[in-house]
Amino acid sequence: MAESGASTATDERQRQSQNGGDPGSPRDGGSERPSLLRRFVDELQSRLTADLDDRDPDYIRENLSLTWLVASIWFRGEVRNMERIPEEGPVLLVGNHSGGNITPDTIVFTLAFNTYFGVERPFYQLAHNLVLTSPVGPFLRKFGTVAASHENARKALDCDAAVLVYPGGDWEVNRPSWEANKIDFAGRKGFIKLALDAGVPIVPIVSVGGQETAIFLTHGERLAKTLRLDRLLRLKTLPVNLSLPWIVNVGDFLGHLPLPAKITVQVMEPIDLRERYGPAPDTQRIYEDVTGLMQDELDELAAERRLPVVG
Amino acid sequence: MRIEQKVTVDAPRRLVWEYVTEPANYPVFIDGLTRWDVAGDRHKGLGARYRMLIRVGAADVGGLIEIVEWQPEGDMAWSSVTGVDQRGRWRLRELGDGRTRVTFRFAYGVAGGGFPALIAERVAAVSLNRRFRLSLINLKRAVEERGTEVATA
Repeated sequence: MAESGASTATDERQRQSQNGGDPGSPRDGGSERPSLLRRFVDELQSRLTADLDDRDPDYIRENLSLTWLVASIWFRGEVRNMERIPEEGPVLLVGNHSGGNITPDTIVFTLAFNTYFGVERPFYQLAHNLVLTSPVGPFLRKFGTVAASHENARKALDCDAAVLVYPGGDWEVNRPSWEANKIDFAGRKGFIKLALDAGVPIVPIVSVGGQETAIFLTHGERLAKTLRLDRLLRLKTLPVNLSLPWIVNVGDFLGHLPLPAKITVQVMEPIDLRERYGPAPDTQRIYEDVTGLMQDELDELAAERRLPVVG
Repeated sequence: MRIEQKVTVDAPRRLVWEYVTEPANYPVFIDGLTRWDVAGDRHKGLGARYRMLIRVGAADVGGLIEIVEWQPEGDMAWSSVTGVDQRGRWRLRELGDGRTRVTFRFAYGVAGGGFPALIAERVAAVSLNRRFRLSLINLKRAVEERGTEVATA
């Protein structure tokens, strides 16, 4: 799950329209069957197309039992103060998250939201493109996961939906274990602009425990540079962690078996940015205030924990 | 999955009925209830609706329920409108000597079926059984205290 500058469905459609093409048809004149590469690209694009209609309440309802089992038994999940989330209307839920490519806090919170408000309430989660193109992408899209972009989020908020965003994205989930109790949004402030543009309140969601599901060693910036991945694949990081079953897990591309760490999620009081910061708010100040409040909450949650994993 | 718990309350049936049909009492005596709101204009009786959630494992589960059976001082049953499929019933019977037999029944089903749903139903039953047992003890204590207050007044 992430906030990113990912290209969006509409971007893709516009680009294709500019190229005179139709998203579903071969463009390079003449051939009746699209090439394998074309089909692959189309499939990739269709997975990134954030159609809000892909969310399927019946599917969510029918799959909550598995989510509940994982969240209850494996992660002993605990979500506090769900009643602080406005009962209806659009809202931007801003969370920290952890655990590499397997983010247990997302599982626990998504379950809590769907059971607390019911699957009838539209709820979308913004995710990194890599997540949506992974094998679990189709599953997540039915749960309401869409590619992270300002436009997709705005579209969902305009439909009165609740939107969950993790500004720290792939950077935050791979922070080293010794920074487990640190809010690290890497300076990304897109969520503030989004809330201001859409005129919706933000509700900070703070979770602890996810970074105890493996031993996270490094973001791997130097490693990515040494292997020239930044030039070849535009990958600026290559995270390394110690986890099951790989032991040394480079990149976490295939995920890992998370340790059964107790996950605690705290919902904080809603913040109306216009009301609190006036008609022309300073984005930097809001960023510092919101991350500061979340850090204080995370410090309190961390202080409650007696042992790693055990909680 | 079906759960049934029974308790004998040393108080007349009328008092027990008044207690279990008053929505304001539910957050007091139902263990683990995290949300209980009257939904709509009807406070109690046939057709009254409540939004309820009870903590089970990692989630607050429940939804909107509606009273579908109302036999004064006898039976009150409800059924789910949204959320987890559920059906519940209070069944009160006179035992004589001013005592009442209270039976609480709760049936629920996890949507989707399959192995995960089957396991989830059974795992949830452990927690729910414990919660309802405690709830009936709370109910017995509260109604008997009220009975004593009425008798001494």
